[in-house]
Amino acid sequence: MLMAGRRTRASAPGRRIVPGALWIFALVAILGVLAAPDAQALSPTGEPLAIQYIERRIERPSPLNNEDPVPDDEGLKGAELGIRDSNATGRFVGLGFALKTTVVEPGADIRAAFAEIAKAGPPRFVVVNAPADDVLALTDSEEGRDTVFLNIGATDTRLRDGDCRARLLHVIPSRDMLADALVQLLVFKRWTRMLLVSGPNPGDGLYAEALRRSARKFGAKVVAESRFDAHGADIRDSALREFALVTRGPEHDVVAVADELGEFGTNLVFNTASPRPVVGTQGLTPAAWGRAVEAWAAVQLRERFKKLAGRSMLPVDWAGWMAVHAVGEAAVQLKSGDPAAIKALMLGPKFEVGGFKGRSLSFRSWNGQLRQPLYLLWPGAVVAAAPVEGFLHRRTELDTLGLDQPESACKAMGG
Amino acid sequence: MIRRTVAGLLAVGILAPPALAHEIYVTNERDNSVSVIDTTTYEVTRTFPVGRRPRGIVFSKDGSRLFVCASDSDAVQVLDPATGKLLHNLPSGEDPEQFSLAPDGRTLFIANENNATTTVVDADSRKVLAQIDVGIEPEGMAVSPDGTIAVTTSETTNMVHWIDAKTLQAVDATQVEQRPRHAEFSKDGTRLWVSSEIGGTVAVIDVATRKVIETIRFEVKGVSADRIQPVGISLTEDGRYAFVALGPSDRIAVIDAKTYKVVNYILVGRRVWHTVLTPEQDRLLTTNGVSGDVTVIDVGALKAIKSIKVGRFPWGAAVRPAAGEPAAGDKKSAGAAE
Repeated sequence: MLMAGRRTRASAPGRRIVPGALWIFALVAILGVLAAPDAQALSPTGEPLAIQYIERRIERPSPLNNEDPVPDDEGLKGAELGIRDSNATGRFVGLGFALKTTVVEPGADIRAAFAEIAKAGPPRFVVVNAPADDVLALTDSEEGRDTVFLNIGATDTRLRDGDCRARLLHVIPSRDMLADALVQLLVFKRWTRMLLVSGPNPGDGLYAEALRRSARKFGAKVVAESRFDAHGADIRDSALREFALVTRGPEHDVVAVADELGEFGTNLVFNTASPRPVVGTQGLTPAAWGRAVEAWAAVQLRERFKKLAGRSMLPVDWAGWMAVHAVGEAAVQLKSGDPAAIKALMLGPKFEVGGFKGRSLSFRSWNGQLRQPLYLLWPGAVVAAAPVEGFLHRRTELDTLGLDQPESACKAMGG
Repeated sequence: MIRRTVAGLLAVGILAPPALAHEIYVTNERDNSVSVIDTTTYEVTRTFPVGRRPRGIVFSKDGSRLFVCASDSDAVQVLDPATGKLLHNLPSGEDPEQFSLAPDGRTLFIANENNATTTVVDADSRKVLAQIDVGIEPEGMAVSPDGTIAVTTSETTNMVHWIDAKTLQAVDATQVEQRPRHAEFSKDGTRLWVSSEIGGTVAVIDVATRKVIETIRFEVKGVSADRIQPVGISLTEDGRYAFVALGPSDRIAVIDAKTYKVVNYILVGRRVWHTVLTPEQDRLLTTNGVSGDVTVIDVGALKAIKSIKVGRFPWGAAVRPAAGEPAAGDKKSAGAAE
């Protein structure tokens, strides 16, 4: 009641003394004059800076619970919010941003799609939501030779290692970073003995490998491994008996699961042979973002996202927002829409940007990965944030997550 | 004119006996309550419920009305401080976080964190005078001592927006470092201090030119740089010190307000948000969110002398001006600027 009254009053004609568009125009004009020394760097045409979003649609298995579908616009909505936020800021320095969107169907040629986009002039900033091979196809294309690519979908560690590229930045954390975050918490809690259950898909194998590597890095141990293939059976009918067999093994503190597509992991929780927590792709999960995240004004970002997308913000959405925000923030810092200057700043050592994670974020000079805190989540709460207390690094604790400079085989970045 | 009056009254304040009792009101963000601390004993004398997620807090000049930003209730509540009773709500716009009362005692500038506006409300007629578009997540609010300029800081846009308090139009913007959270005018109105939480700095801006003239950085031995997150700022009336709350580093930085050099760090409770000075300027109180307490600092000795348990997540603090004690009038509040 009260709320309705207030809104009416607040938006009643004549009350809103400053009609939005008009005063923005006036302000831009004023700032344009004030920012005269930088004027040569402003986009000469006055056109908004274009950011290209390109996605490969992936066919996924049906979710175990159809209340939790994987949204069709995962990633894209984040990028759209990034554009809105960048425009809200950019207008104060006379900058505008626009998103162009291309979605490539399964089986279609992403490189050809990119070549088609590039006919109108190669895009300078491209947010890529696609598997690793697509990312490489784009970065290696002739049309993309001056383009900065921002990876928001591929968690493959190899893209930050031997398969890195000079103009390829990674906003989404790698599997290594996720595994490191999880294992840090396990070590902190002294739950260091893992029984590892992996699914049959290539991503599951890579996730499991990342867990083994993190275990070695931080002094945890994989005491036994088993495989589980949910294909050909509906796990919802047989979980009680099947998982008891799969998770029988030597003494362990947690059951770690590698099931990236969500084919069985959710049903493993509370169905283990011994009363042990499930961690990994389900149960207690490491992630860049989640709906329980609220500290450091995350609530504000989440609310804005929900208003735009009508659903919760997922990790890939956050990465999409973050990728566009990084380009927008670089432009605003420079007070310039000049793509070459923005590229130089983003690829250089001085660039820092906020991301609602309580710290300044930056790209690692040796492989282009965004340094960032990660969350350890179950659907109801944030259990902890990583880097976990006590894991130290001479540069920044954030570099305890993922490939550190001496470990990365990346040469292309020159850092 | 106003400045001279305030200065005159200030002198009276300083000469008043130090035992003069004040009440300091603290908003408990996660308890939806306000704790009242008595400054003769430095103990909590009472606690009363308010709206959801209370943050910014400020008094009317005569101390008869208490304004609280109840962020999750989307309201600025007006309460009777004596009883804690809700008098009425003010139309506040969505998600009010901080606000600032102009020297006229009735114009309230409210930062609406969720919808990138500053709402201007006449606290007497309870009417919205304007809604002004600013950057994303406006948070810090301050009105210059002469009442001509209001500023708001936008946390994601990373700017200070300058609002002409007469025309209620945004006229300029100054870029600062990441996540500006709090703004505070110097008593003479020539400088604006702005804290950048993620940037880890405090910018001192020349009000006449709206340019940053000094960026103050912090360094605490044994505390990693990214734990140093400046939020609340208090400036002493005599222009000697600036106190800056450094968030999760659990420290208050003491800055020489003339040379802009950090002269001391004082360890307080965990995740310190805001600070408030007593009218005599002899004590500084800090709200410590995570530890749920308030630290009392002896300003003369620059030492923490007491810790007072309050509710969960204390955030803002304000001194209640007593009738006939006008030095505290429009000046003392944290999480509210002035």
